[in-house]
Amino acid sequence: MSYFIFFLLSLMAIGGVLGMIISKNQAHNALFLVFSFASLGGLYALLDAPFIAVIQIIIYAGAIIVLFLFVIMIINLKKGIPPERKRWIPYLAIFLGVIFFVQIAYPLVSSLFFFKQPSGRVESSPSNLGFILFSKYLYPFEITSLLIITALIGAIILLKRRGSK
Amino acid sequence: MIPISYYLVLSGMLFALGIVAFFVKKDLITMFMSIEILLNSANLAFIAFSKNYLSVHGQIIVFFIITLAAAEASLGLAIILLIFRQRRTIKSEEISLMKG
Repeated sequence: MSYFIFFLLSLMAIGGVLGMIISKNQAHNALFLVFSFASLGGLYALLDAPFIAVIQIIIYAGAIIVLFLFVIMIINLKKGIPPERKRWIPYLAIFLGVIFFVQIAYPLVSSLFFFKQPSGRVESSPSNLGFILFSKYLYPFEITSLLIITALIGAIILLKRRGSK
Repeated sequence: MIPISYYLVLSGMLFALGIVAFFVKKDLITMFMSIEILLNSANLAFIAFSKNYLSVHGQIIVFFIITLAAAEASLGLAIILLIFRQRRTIKSEEISLMKG
């Protein structure tokens, strides 16, 4: 049963990415990406990380992709993307992608199937995650807040129209 | 139970597909979306190893990666809007000022 769920979710994830590659419409691309990220959230739940799964769906599908959709609506290209002149570039990219995957997979083949799933469970309750986040990872957490402040101020300064009061 | 290596193979396939999407697509927004796919495949590998070693620290790293992805998305989309405001295009092959 869990094999069935795993293959269904992974087919959905890969199918979403393939649909994003094939489709020409940018808004459809964003919706395919929501599909793919939601199924990845299901895979995280299969791997004993239910809180990360919820975070994935809320932040990726709910915040980041909605931000993308807003920008797509603002830009609103009426003509659409015209067909590109160099037709051979996609085929070259697919060929190089297959070579890249083989390069990742080939050195790992001898050791890859060494990883069985252990029988225990990960202590991934939100209280335990929060305890570790605020004790051992306290400094990275604070530095992350600095990162968010920097991104906020940077986005505001970049998009401010100069000359307007 | 499903072996962890299945998840690692899926993560590698998603990474390769993300790189293919980055090079096939022509508009900046979709190229930026493919970077999000790369980050997500890295997240999947982190969580798979966190399950393999029965340790919760991989999930903490994934928290930080998701936060970084949100910050990166806001800044990147601001830059894309700025480019669109100045050039009236977001196609990557028309933004070729530095090509010489």
